[in-house]
Amino acid sequence: MTQPPKGGAAPPPGTGVPGPPAVPPRSAPVPGPRPGGALSAPPSPPSPPPPPSPPARRRTAFAEGVDRLRAAAVTEPGRLRIIGALLAVLVIAFGAVTAWQMNERTTAADDVLTRSQPLSSAAADIYRSLAEANTAASSGFLAGGQETEDSRTRYDHGIRAAAEGLVTAAANSEPKSPAAKTIAELNRLLPEYKGLVERARTYNRQGFPVGGAYLRYANEKMQKEMLPAAEDLYTKENQRLSADYGDAKPYPWAAIALGVVLLAALAWAQHRNYRRTNRVLNHGLVAATAASAVVLLWLVVGHGIARSNLTDSYEHGVRSLNALNEARIASLKARGNENLTLVSRGAETTKVDGRTYDSYDLAFGKNMDALGKALTEAGRFADDEAGERPVGTANGNMTEWKKRHTTAREQDENGNYQQALDLVIGGDGATVECFDGVDAALATALKHEKAEFEQAAGDGLDAMGYLPQGAGVLAALGAAGALIGIGRRLSEYR
Amino acid sequence: MRARRLRTGLKGWGGVGAMALACVLAVLAALLLPAVHSPGGAGGGGADGGGHGVAHGSLARAAEECTDPEKQTLAPSGDDGPTIDAIRARKGEKRKLIVGVDQNSYRWGYRDPNSGGDAELEGFDIDLAHRIAKDILGDEDAVQFKAIPTDQRIPAIQDGRVDMVVRTMTINCDRLEDVAFSAPYFRTGQQVLAPKSSRITGYDGTLADTEICTAAGSTALSTLEQDRTDGTLPEGVDLRTTVPNQLDCLVRLQLGEVDAVVTDGALAASQAAQDPTVELKGDAFTTEYYGVAMKKDADDLVRRVNRVLEQWRADGAEGWQHSYDRWLSKTMDDAAKSRPPTPQYLRKS
Repeated sequence: MTQPPKGGAAPPPGTGVPGPPAVPPRSAPVPGPRPGGALSAPPSPPSPPPPPSPPARRRTAFAEGVDRLRAAAVTEPGRLRIIGALLAVLVIAFGAVTAWQMNERTTAADDVLTRSQPLSSAAADIYRSLAEANTAASSGFLAGGQETEDSRTRYDHGIRAAAEGLVTAAANSEPKSPAAKTIAELNRLLPEYKGLVERARTYNRQGFPVGGAYLRYANEKMQKEMLPAAEDLYTKENQRLSADYGDAKPYPWAAIALGVVLLAALAWAQHRNYRRTNRVLNHGLVAATAASAVVLLWLVVGHGIARSNLTDSYEHGVRSLNALNEARIASLKARGNENLTLVSRGAETTKVDGRTYDSYDLAFGKNMDALGKALTEAGRFADDEAGERPVGTANGNMTEWKKRHTTAREQDENGNYQQALDLVIGGDGATVECFDGVDAALATALKHEKAEFEQAAGDGLDAMGYLPQGAGVLAALGAAGALIGIGRRLSEYR
Repeated sequence: MRARRLRTGLKGWGGVGAMALACVLAVLAALLLPAVHSPGGAGGGGADGGGHGVAHGSLARAAEECTDPEKQTLAPSGDDGPTIDAIRARKGEKRKLIVGVDQNSYRWGYRDPNSGGDAELEGFDIDLAHRIAKDILGDEDAVQFKAIPTDQRIPAIQDGRVDMVVRTMTINCDRLEDVAFSAPYFRTGQQVLAPKSSRITGYDGTLADTEICTAAGSTALSTLEQDRTDGTLPEGVDLRTTVPNQLDCLVRLQLGEVDAVVTDGALAASQAAQDPTVELKGDAFTTEYYGVAMKKDADDLVRRVNRVLEQWRADGAEGWQHSYDRWLSKTMDDAAKSRPPTPQYLRKS
């Protein structure tokens, strides 16, 4: 510890050093300049002609400094100066690394709370709004030329929400990132889609079946281009969320290790002081130790709490939100397919294991399975009564929906198209009630889980709050303490 | 000297080579032109490839038999048979005739969005379906309509998803291989539809370098492809745009994605009726007949439908002319052009 690190320079022979440090024993195998270095010692002990030229050549500023340090290290005041400087540097380094690492984690946690999670939710909302608009458009077609107030409102709401969501997403995306590209693509497709639906409406009102053809075209655009793009955006935003969690949660090992080393160094310095002077306390060093200990404790406890809060926000918030978003999207897809089964009247079929099924009805079944799975998942993640209740309601509605759907399908299979239509888009007893029930319950659950997430993630962020600044201030105090403490001892030599 | 050796070599292999060439030609002819009688092909290869000559001959005979596909149907009869019995044996709600139709052909089979909330299909084809149901099941509403895309008409019949298809379906030789047809109930032909402002004047050179939309599996598409093979299609015509339903072509035309549509004149007229800025260009360049398609072995049903058609054509009050006046007279100029000829029933079994 007392020895300053050896520089690259070889010790010039005449500095009058009594002890061992003068001759390089086994360490510092300086590569290069000296022929017949320390390692080839056996044949000739110290080489008889001490080469005069190398020292002259090597008198650089650095070597000069090392020499002076070496000279200082022999005397007690010199050693004290060196110790004081080292302690101050260590304290400052500890403070700086702590501030830097915690700043990184705080920023990431802040991103989780205020940026990536909201964006992931926004992407899910965009998907949902688009699916909602498309479902409403197909319902409107089923209802005939006089679109109902309800289906028009739903369609308008879906389009508006999608447009707003795209603006938010665009404002928060990095320029030229893949997400920005997807958003631009969706921005281009949305008016195209809307144009097709408007034409479909106009022709529908005139009683021309070409309106239905436009609607099919619009639906194709939605299913084949827009929804996949929106899904892609959702996946990307979720990846970003995971990355932010990944940045916020790792332990700040560098800072912790540096803190431990610093405390050990302070303890050693005080012990040395005690041995030389028999004085128990040096106020400056004690203050430095206290400040460093506080920072280290704050760092470990604060980040520990933040970590646990963030984990909590992920386990109970994000995972719940993901499951609920998936459930909502599955129910919307199922509703869309239920409508399209009636719109297409068996025009689209798929063969599975040699049997022919209606493509849309087959997709409906798959969506309902996905809905059931997502609801089970959401029920598992829900950690309190307020979270479980809406999921239970949604489950009940889903069961009823399946039952009514089966009845509607039977009517359609029997050729009673009108009755089937009434059972799907009609008033009392139609499947639309169940779908609305599922959607409303999921909206409630989403709101609750979002609040839970914000609470937990916010707590986590608060636990780390002011840590970077605090570490900086305390480190400055600690460094001052170390210097003052050493300075007091030093003044005794004057 | 080298030339002489080559000649001797050729002499040795010449016979085999000629035979192989003849075989390949015969097979190609059989594959590519199943419906066209080609007298030259068999003559050239006949001497060498005896086996192929027989196969080709029978194919040629089949093609010869199929010169008038609309006449290849069974004589009308009111007798019941296994197919009709099976339909009548359906119980309760399911006691219905299942008919494959179109719901997108204006005035043929479509749903009027303004019909006041009910979702009934209506049109010329739908009238006929109701008439057949009334005859077989005694109730004209005992019909279950299934909408079928153009290229699914034959599979739907073969899989038994529908009892029959009444969907502006052209009787032709290829389809006769897979399904049975009734006597013709309507006469039409392929026609070109394009914007009024277009330079296209009909099925001619003005179509060069244009994009044409057709329905997948339609007569229009197969006719155009055949013409391309024969070299009679104008240069540079792009046929890549195919859609599930002819009406989807009107959408593509209005959006400017294609320059023209080729479809049956009857359907082209119904498209023009929905958009005053497009019109039929030139006369029909083929003659075709619509028929009711049924399962290939449903002989009793074919005979029954033929009897229904006979009565329908003769019925002055509620028959063919009535339906034509109600649905088609507004969009088509002359009923005489559309009325099918007196049917002939050449199919014996």
